[in-house]
This record gives sequence, C-alpha cells and structure tokens, in this order.
Amino acid sequence: MFYREAGDFKTSYEADSQTFPIKFDRYRFWAVLAVAYLVIPFIINDYWANAILVPFLIYTIAAIGLNILTGYCGQVSLGTGGFMAVGAYAMYKLMTAFPDVSIMIHVILAGGITAVVGAAFGLPSLRIKGFYLAVATLAAQFFLVWLFNKVAWFYNYSASGQINAPERFVGGIAVTGPNTDAWAKYMICLVFVTVCAIIARNLTRGTMGRKWMAIRDMDIAAEIIGVNPLQAKLSAFAVSSFFIGISGALFFSVYLGAVEVGEAFGIQKSFLVLFMVIIGGLGSIFGSFAGAGFLVLLPVALKVIGVDLLGWPTDIVAHLQLVIIGALIMFFLIKEPHGLAQFWRVAKEKLRLWPFPY
Amino acid sequence: MSADFLYGIEVILNGLMAGVLYALVALGFVLIYKASGIFNYAQGVMALFAALTLVGIMEGQVPFSHLINAVFGTEIHHFGWHVPALLAIFLTLCVMVAFAWAVQKFIFRHLVGQEPIILFMATIGLAYFLEGMGDLMWGSDIKTLKVGLPQGGSRWIEDMTSGLGGDDFYGFFIDKLDMVATVVAAILVMCLIAFAQYSKQGRAMRAVADDHQAALSVGISLNFIWVLVWSLAGLVALVAGVMWGAKSGVQFSLSLIALKALPVLMLGGFTSIPGAIVGGLIIGVGEKLFEYTIGGMIGGATENWFAYVLALIFLVFRPQGLFGEKIIERV
Repeated sequence: MFYREAGDFKTSYEADSQTFPIKFDRYRFWAVLAVAYLVIPFIINDYWANAILVPFLIYTIAAIGLNILTGYCGQVSLGTGGFMAVGAYAMYKLMTAFPDVSIMIHVILAGGITAVVGAAFGLPSLRIKGFYLAVATLAAQFFLVWLFNKVAWFYNYSASGQINAPERFVGGIAVTGPNTDAWAKYMICLVFVTVCAIIARNLTRGTMGRKWMAIRDMDIAAEIIGVNPLQAKLSAFAVSSFFIGISGALFFSVYLGAVEVGEAFGIQKSFLVLFMVIIGGLGSIFGSFAGAGFLVLLPVALKVIGVDLLGWPTDIVAHLQLVIIGALIMFFLIKEPHGLAQFWRVAKEKLRLWPFPY
Repeated sequence: MSADFLYGIEVILNGLMAGVLYALVALGFVLIYKASGIFNYAQGVMALFAALTLVGIMEGQVPFSHLINAVFGTEIHHFGWHVPALLAIFLTLCVMVAFAWAVQKFIFRHLVGQEPIILFMATIGLAYFLEGMGDLMWGSDIKTLKVGLPQGGSRWIEDMTSGLGGDDFYGFFIDKLDMVATVVAAILVMCLIAFAQYSKQGRAMRAVADDHQAALSVGISLNFIWVLVWSLAGLVALVAGVMWGAKSGVQFSLSLIALKALPVLMLGGFTSIPGAIVGGLIIGVGEKLFEYTIGGMIGGATENWFAYVLALIFLVFRPQGLFGEKIIERV
C-alpha cells in the first residue's frame, strides 16, 4: 500500500537518480539512522556494545569491503584477515608515531595504506583467475601474518609481540584505551559504518561499480566493450582493501585494544568475513549488514541457549556451535544461494503488490 | 664432500618425504575436483576426522560420550574393548564411505549446477561441520595414534652414511615414519592410477571427469561416480590422517594440512594427478631448502608462506599450473 513508486513524482534528474527511489525506503533509511544515532547510544551497556553491536559494525565494514571485491568484481579473496592486520598495524604505528593527530585521520590513513598493499597483492589477479586466485590470495594472508609476527619494528619491539592501543580522544572523549565508555566505542564505529556504507553504495551504482560488475560477469567480454581490466581489478582491490583496512584498524584500536596477529587476524577471520558476504548476499550492501549481523548474533545466541539456559559445558557448546554454523551455511547455500539479501528483495517485491496481489 | 653440502642433501631428502605427504593430501583434492568440479576444502578436516575415528574405534570410545554425559548426566566413556588396527582401519573406511554417501545425498546433489564458488563455500561449511562433529564424537583432546608404524630416526642409515663427510658430519637423519609414509603413498598412488586406468569404475570415473553430460548419455550413473570419488578421497584422507597423526598426534592442527596442499595444487594444476605428486615434491623440497638457506636470516618459520609465494610467482608465468589443462577463454 505504501511501498510503491506510483504517486512519487520526480521532477529533476537528481531526484530520479537518488539512492532510494521509493519514498518508503527513504523514510525507513532515516528512521534506521535516527534509531542508531539518537536512541541506541543512550540505552547501550557494556555487554551489548562488546558482545554484539561493536563487532557487528566493524565486521560490517569488512564485509562491505570484501563484497566489493568478491560480490561486485567477482575476485574471490581469502586474504581478508591479512589485510585487516595491515590496517591494524598501520593504525598502531600511526597512533604511536603521531600521538597528536586525530584518531579519525589515523583510521582513514590506515585504510589508505591497506589499499596500497591490497592493490599490490591484487596484481596477480590479472593473470590468475578463479580458484587459482583464491588460493593465491592466501599467500597474502600467510605472508602478512608472518611479517607482523617476525619483524619487531611493526610492534615497536615490545617484548610480548602484542600491540596495545594507547588512549586517544575525539573531542575530549576517550574512544580507545581501557577507560572507553560503551557508547563512545559504538558511536565511532557507527560513524565509520555510515560513511563507508554510503560511499560503497554510491560507488557500486556509478561508473566504477558498473565496470566491476562487467568484469565479474565476464572479464573478456568486458575488455572487448572497453573496460580496462587492469584499472577495474586493481581499483576493486584497492577500494575493498581500504574498507577492510578501516575495519582492521577499528577492530584493533576500538574493539580489542590489544592484538596478537596470528590469533586475531588468522585465516579463520578471512573465512568468517567470506561467510558473512555469502550468507548476506553477494553483490549487495544490505547483504553485508545482514550477513555480519547474522554471524555475530549466532554464536552469542547459541552460547546463551547452550551454556546459560541448558547448562552444558562450554567446550561442548563450542563444538556444537561449529556443527551448527557449518550446517547452517550448507543449508543456506542449498536453499538460497543468493543469501539473506535475496529474502529482502523477494519481500520487497511482495510488498509492492500488497494488499492487491494482481 | 663437505659437511654443508651433505646437510643440504639431507634437507632435500627430508623435503622430498614431506612433499610426498603433501602430495597425498593434494591427491584427494584432485580426485574430487576432476570428477565433480568441486574444490573440496574439507579434505584436510576429512583427514582429521578419519584419524579421530580410527583412534576412537581402536580405543573403544563411545561416540558422543561427552554430549551424552552432559545431557543425561551419565558417566560413560569407553565400551571397554580394544579393536585391532587392521579391523579398525577397515571400519573407519566404512565410516568414510558412509560419509561420502551422505555428503552426496544431502548436500551436493542439491547443489548441482551452482557456481563453483558456491560449491567451494559449501565445502568450507562442510569442513566446519565435520570439525565440530569430530570433536563432539570423540572429544577434542590430543590423541596418540598407535597402529604399529615405526618411529624415530633410522640408526642404520645414519651409521651407513656417517663416513661420507668429515668429522662434522654424523650421517643422514631420516625418520623411519617418513620412509614408511613415502612407500605407502607411492603404493597408494600406483593403486589409484591402476584403478583409474584398468577397472570399469575407473574408466567411468575418467569419463565423468572428461565430460559430465557425455558420460551421463552413455549410461554412467553420475551419483554413483560422485559417491565413489568422495569415498576414494576419504580413503586418501584416511591414509594421510594416519601418517600425519602418527607423526604429530591426532589434534586440530591436522586439519591444517589442507592449507599445505593448496599451493601444491596450484603448482601442479587442479586437474592433474601427476601434477599433484610433482607439485608436492617441488613444494616440499623448496620450502625446506628455503628455510635451511635463507629462512634463518629473515627470522625463520618461513614454511607457512613460502609455498604460497612460490606457487603465486609460478602461476603468474603459467596460470594453469604445471600440468593443468590449458585454460581457453572465449566470449
């Protein structure tokens, strides 16, 4: 009844090409933003921030990044964990080398550094395709983790080999370090998620996104119609790594505070983000949110049910969790290979006709 | 001959034997990839699961005992018998065949015609599932596998070769287990090749690998062949699991050998059995030599990534691997 284009007259080109062409979508978008910015910061507590909301927001940025590379440009990458580590270590070096510069600038610079590294590791994608490329990106994963483990300069020669986030402030409020309030952590992540999502959404709608999708659908055909594969693939790697670097920087500085590279950014992380993208939906920004939310909530929910309600030992619940996650992934792939975003699309199609189905 | 040179040879020999084990895991990948186009990430976890099952059966553990104890508050752990190794291996093989059947029946039959990346993701899901299942069934503590394989360095070779170098050289140190593994792997590969070349099922398998639809149209049951290749991959996983398990204990890290096998596959080509073997040997020797010569200078533990970087550089010059089918791209 409310969800349709009819009656929403556009009188300018700008109005015609806006992000959400349907009025209801626009209202929903503003409503979600209003809740996220004006309601949640006042009711959030430590448990919700640390267990659910902050990891959800940070993984969303990583999932958006990987979705650009895998979902839009069709280059499967298993190096996400390694690129997140680049973001985290760049962040650490910047934070300790320039303590007076705002942390917001550091996060963006960390993203930029990751983009350069990502583009360098993207170079082989011009020759190597498909699974060979997926396995080749593992080279980035293992090499980067090894590098951050072995070269002491990256962790400032600290004895433990860990990196610890020093305390930093934005506008007089601590956002990193041990004395950070839950809402401050949440807000800084939320700001970055909002900006990243809007940038990603508009990039994928524009020229660049169309080039990526042309490469994804068939790279030789795209080359023939005039898409430069070098430019398209490398820009996809760079933009994707930029987002992943930001998420790695936030993951280290805001969320964890102290990081040991093999543990926090191992290959499991690469798979986790890839799962988010696949379960959420390849080639969909909304899917990145849905996938990240699903895979952050699922272990928490299983733990609450298994340990707190049923009183089982934690190790059995942890194993059961693996079984359930594995089974769910296979179930999803069989039932809906296009992910949660597809459910959303179908719901919207239904909503357009509701309540008169013909 | 100088001692350094002889130590270099020893490193190469050990690399060759490690390479055989890598090749063994890579072989499981190639079998499934050729026949069904599925890139089976779960191969490593299958090896872990097979080894866990073997230990569990031999020790007479009750499957799911931890779960049962947690739910019903009972205290059961063992049936109280010990199964001889050969019988246990046979039983484990039966479990792997049942697993192959179940995988085909419940997962991949429903995914026919999906994109390769979706199939790949499904096998990652399968890997998670199987890993959790193995832990749930048999517990997650580190187990030792005793199937009567010899352990430790071979005194005989050490004594025989100690005269070759000067006073600094004490002879080649070669693990007996590695030698057994090499022999077993060689026998297994020969059996597989013979099976693929000369048996009826093997011929059908090659036909399916060549062209699904043509194979289907001459009356080959795709379902049967797929169950067959998954079973064969299960057999290979069992052998790899026994060898690695006997070497370093049956534990989670066993499943990471899949990650060792991936660069082997890249180097050898995803579709070639000889490629898997040659690739395995190259990677095994390459990473040991690199660690021996340069690794020490740049911090050590280069084995984690060297194989990948080697394969990556190699692929830039030859994108389909050593023996892979030439990739022809058309619009």
